Amino acid sequence: MKTLLLLIAGFFLILFILSKLGEGGKKAALYLVLITVAFIMLFPFYEMFVMSTLKTNEIYSFPPRLWFGSNLMKNFENMNKSVNLLRAFQNSCTVTISYVVLALLFCSMGGYAFSIYDFPGKKALFRILLATMMVPATAGMIPWYIMMSKIGWISDRTPAGFLALIIPGCANAFGVFWMRQYCQNNVPKSLMEAARIDGCSEWTIFFRIIAPILLPAYASLGIMNFVNQWNEFTQALLVLKRQKFYTLPLLLKTMVGDRGTDYGALMLASTCAVLPLLIFFLCASKYFMSGLTAGAIKE
Amino acid sequence: MEVKQVDKTAGSVRTPKKKSLGRILYENRVAYAYIAPFYILFLVFNLFPMVFGFALSFFRWDGLSDMHFIGVQNYGNLLKDPLFWKALQNTLFIGIIAHIPILLGGLVLAYILNTRLVRGENIFKTIYFMPMVTSAVAVTVIFSSMFGYNYGVINYFLSLFGEPPINWLGGDGSLIKVAVIVMFSWKWIGWNMVIYLAGMQGISNDIYEAASIDGATHVDVVFKILIPLLKPIILFTLIQSTIGMFNLFTEPFVLTGNSWTGGTNNGALTLMIYLLNKAPQGGNLYGYASAVAYVITLMIILISTCLNKVTEEKDPGAGKGGRIR
Repeated sequence: MKTLLLLIAGFFLILFILSKLGEGGKKAALYLVLITVAFIMLFPFYEMFVMSTLKTNEIYSFPPRLWFGSNLMKNFENMNKSVNLLRAFQNSCTVTISYVVLALLFCSMGGYAFSIYDFPGKKALFRILLATMMVPATAGMIPWYIMMSKIGWISDRTPAGFLALIIPGCANAFGVFWMRQYCQNNVPKSLMEAARIDGCSEWTIFFRIIAPILLPAYASLGIMNFVNQWNEFTQALLVLKRQKFYTLPLLLKTMVGDRGTDYGALMLASTCAVLPLLIFFLCASKYFMSGLTAGAIKE
Repeated sequence: MEVKQVDKTAGSVRTPKKKSLGRILYENRVAYAYIAPFYILFLVFNLFPMVFGFALSFFRWDGLSDMHFIGVQNYGNLLKDPLFWKALQNTLFIGIIAHIPILLGGLVLAYILNTRLVRGENIFKTIYFMPMVTSAVAVTVIFSSMFGYNYGVINYFLSLFGEPPINWLGGDGSLIKVAVIVMFSWKWIGWNMVIYLAGMQGISNDIYEAASIDGATHVDVVFKILIPLLKPIILFTLIQSTIGMFNLFTEPFVLTGNSWTGGTNNGALTLMIYLLNKAPQGGNLYGYASAVAYVITLMIILISTCLNKVTEEKDPGAGKGGRIR
């Protein structure tokens, strides 16, 4: 432990000395901090990629291998022998995409109504909506499970468990609230007056005129819901009872629990589970960040 | 819909007549139809379970046979169960220690990027944020190999400095919390950083300039300007990660090889694992589990309220960032 503490002390000493060396030194110190943290953030991903190309005995070797091996294809075969990754991928897609589509529809409808229409009880209903955000979902977790099993959404014969993951959470208070804020700032009332005079029905106005305006909000909220649902584990563990219907996180968990699992195959499966979202994130990081940090900062 | 418009204006002229509920609903049917999905789903899948859960916490029920009313016995048993205290202790320990790097690291990194002395803000932000989009199970799989005893990268790194290997995940089970803390911080630091940075960038440059003209040092700027102004945002992140702390389940569960008891000596037993092990996984103690869930909820609300109180103490005008929850 002593050497480790010395190491950390040394790091701060270097920072301190650098910061005393004028403007250039200060910059170097800042970059040193940023790059060290970036290294810590990236290293686990790198390790995962490396290990998915190694043989199991290479993974268990000391000193650990830090460069890519040549066992990728073999790991791929082993993985396909033990689990059906493609099916889990399809399950994940089914659950996540249905969830996101419904969530966006319901949240934008609610948010739109709260920002545009005047109706009796609007204030009280909105206050209820805000209050629901304060109560942690943990309170209803056990009855939620009982309910799911009583209405037959926990089943080992049909993929009804998907419904348990999709339906209960798809209209969330935060989404409605967020959409309302966005509508208030971005939907001009005059536009709808004009559309009404042209004889558009209320539903046409919403789907033809309002929805396109809401696209940026859809992107952020959609990504937030997508990421959360794609990585959802606890609920899926409770309601999906058969490997055939497992989503990706559950499939990985099964491989962890199974003593016979080939470690290289497990790493490759992890890579496959993480990579699609990661690539998507790197392409649209701006939307991801605004979506996943939504709620902290008012626009 | 035109009918509604006409009716409304007419209604406002000859006001006093009270309308029936059915008429109100009919006239505003479009608006109500738009908000209905949320309220219906909330009633059925959130409010009902919550109320039912509260009632259930006073019963003994295995999910199949008749329910027995037993008063507060569930709560009493809960407080007497040493395993519950162990779980609470573990959860709080992990949460509190992990908040140090998350809070400080997040603030420091955001501050560095905000000085505009360095370039590549977006690249760094993107890198720090990557863990947030990664499946917790996959993350745990990677870290469990990095924390490996005989082959892990971390022990290898330590051995470079002459340290003997540490049995992180085995041994007496006490060090497994360290691994969970590392994973928890690794995941949340970027999220906090991005939020703090957005908050800092929302603060007008004039304030910094005025401060530097008045001869304020960096330390002054941080403690007297930045932190007070960022208070609502820091509060938001704290409440979020407190909720995250009490819901901590995936990492310790997968790290201990899918153990429902938290591994050796219950070293990684968190409240969430404890709860789900009472019911529906493991035991079928639905009443007891409901009591556990309510105790967890109560603690979340209690901590959030305390945090709110602490930050509201001074300067009510600091709400520039705004918060929702």
